[in-house]
Amino acid sequence: MRFRIPLAITFIAGMGLIVQFFVPHPVSSRIYQEALIWYEIIYIFMLVLAVRSLCVSHIRKIKRKQIGWSYSIITLSSLFTVACIGIFGGVGTGTTLTQIYNYVQTPLESTLFALLAFFMASAAYRAFKARTQEAALLLVVALVVMFGRVPVGERLVHRMPDIVEWILMVPNMAAQRGILIGVGLGMIATSLKIILGIERQYLGGR
Amino acid sequence: MKWVLALIFFPLIANGKEILPPSNVKAFDTPNDAGGAITINWELSPDDSIISGYEIWRSESPDTDYTMIGYMGQGIVRHKDDKNVEDGIKYYYKVRARTRAYEYSPFAFAFSTAVSSYQWYNTSKTNVLVALFTFTSLLILFVLRAKTRGKQLFLRKIAGLDALDEAIGRATEMGKPLLYVPGIGYIEEVGTIAAMNILNRVARKVAEYGTPLIVPNRDPIVLMVARQVVKEGYTAAGRPDVYDDSNVFFVTTSQFGYAAAVDGIMLRQKPATNLFMGCFYAESLLLAETGNATGAIQIAGTDKVHQLPFFVTACDYTLLGEELYAASAYLSREPTLLGAIKAQDYSKIILLIFIIVGAVLSILGISFIAKLFNV
Repeated sequence: MRFRIPLAITFIAGMGLIVQFFVPHPVSSRIYQEALIWYEIIYIFMLVLAVRSLCVSHIRKIKRKQIGWSYSIITLSSLFTVACIGIFGGVGTGTTLTQIYNYVQTPLESTLFALLAFFMASAAYRAFKARTQEAALLLVVALVVMFGRVPVGERLVHRMPDIVEWILMVPNMAAQRGILIGVGLGMIATSLKIILGIERQYLGGR
Repeated sequence: MKWVLALIFFPLIANGKEILPPSNVKAFDTPNDAGGAITINWELSPDDSIISGYEIWRSESPDTDYTMIGYMGQGIVRHKDDKNVEDGIKYYYKVRARTRAYEYSPFAFAFSTAVSSYQWYNTSKTNVLVALFTFTSLLILFVLRAKTRGKQLFLRKIAGLDALDEAIGRATEMGKPLLYVPGIGYIEEVGTIAAMNILNRVARKVAEYGTPLIVPNRDPIVLMVARQVVKEGYTAAGRPDVYDDSNVFFVTTSQFGYAAAVDGIMLRQKPATNLFMGCFYAESLLLAETGNATGAIQIAGTDKVHQLPFFVTACDYTLLGEELYAASAYLSREPTLLGAIKAQDYSKIILLIFIIVGAVLSILGISFIAKLFNV
């Protein structure tokens, strides 16, 4: 019974949403909107449990003085400070919470995103070591594409942008679409397997 | 002065010539919708090249109380009226052309009234329904065949999945934890669901070997599912006592905050094996490259095509697109799950035939098959 009930709920919800996709009637869209509201309600409850999980794991780290436990103090103090500022100072334009978001969190995230350029450089360096035929081909194609994407490329070889466009739009696009067709079918198959109860790994594989 | 004249001598004359109105105005209930909308079509005014656009007017009576409900630019022949349209009420429409100088053509009236209503079935999605029905039939057919015959179906080797046991074994031998990153997708994304299926197999293996498993999560709902999946995995392996709730934990909902936290775990705890399975976006290389720098064996799998090159570059093995979805069947070798993969393969053959025939016919100027796939 413990597994039949979740399977039945999955089947009813899954089939319901498939039918909803084909029915434009207002009732159908209302049911869909209702399902989204339920999702949000579940999400909020889960968020409370998730924050508890975060606190428990960091408190444990501090108690056991695990490697990097000082970062856990920073995490927990930041969590409670920002939560208090939000609860007592309010949310919205001009509040301290918004300023923390705009002037602390956003720049921090942007900084980390900017690091991607360096990570790309180191990954490219490793990938472009022409040790195999495939790696050599990757290196040549990457150089051609990079060369065709800068003004000097067009200046030196007049047809270079056209060649790059062809590489991107024909062989590259063909490979991508091949993968995407597989992904699309895989998505439908996985969804159907779960809806029909064939795939049960997420319930422990019973 | 021109403005005053435009108001007095309506309809007015552009460059000494009366502007001709649009023709053949038709108003009808917008098909395949939830009601509350009427579509108006017309044929372009012969003076379309000198006008700026078309005004659409509506009324509930044939002669009076018309109000302008829309304006469409030059060369456009259709307008969808969904402003305060009530189902079951008769509406009258008329359209006229307008120049930039606010000179107008006479009105062209719609041939008949229009009444909006809702539909129970979206006929424009019939091709999707047929495709879904075909695919579902194939899937059920192959699953039933696999179930009744119990025959092992052939699956080509997937190096990344074959290496999974080796990767878990390596972590066990080194006495280090295994890091499982389920991506930053939400639970409704199929990639995340596939990641949960693989997590169950991984949890069983690590439970057998007694290797610590770390699962940092970005989404609260994914966290709860991951906890349940890992717990079930440990229980299925007969080691529920080893399961530790605090090893499957929440980090943050912030994309790069999550990447920073996982990078921190890799650098501090130095897991011997990193598994990246699920939906990844711009953080993929930040994670995989950091893991590579720590010397961990890395296996990645994602259905996000744009992140695949990053994983291929920085990981030892990568599951490309659909291989992520096939992982559960591949690892469990359950005939019913393998049957579903067979159905996928046959569907691909059917699609391939459509693509080849469609491409050839399109080159010959016949677009019948290409139109079948319009959604």
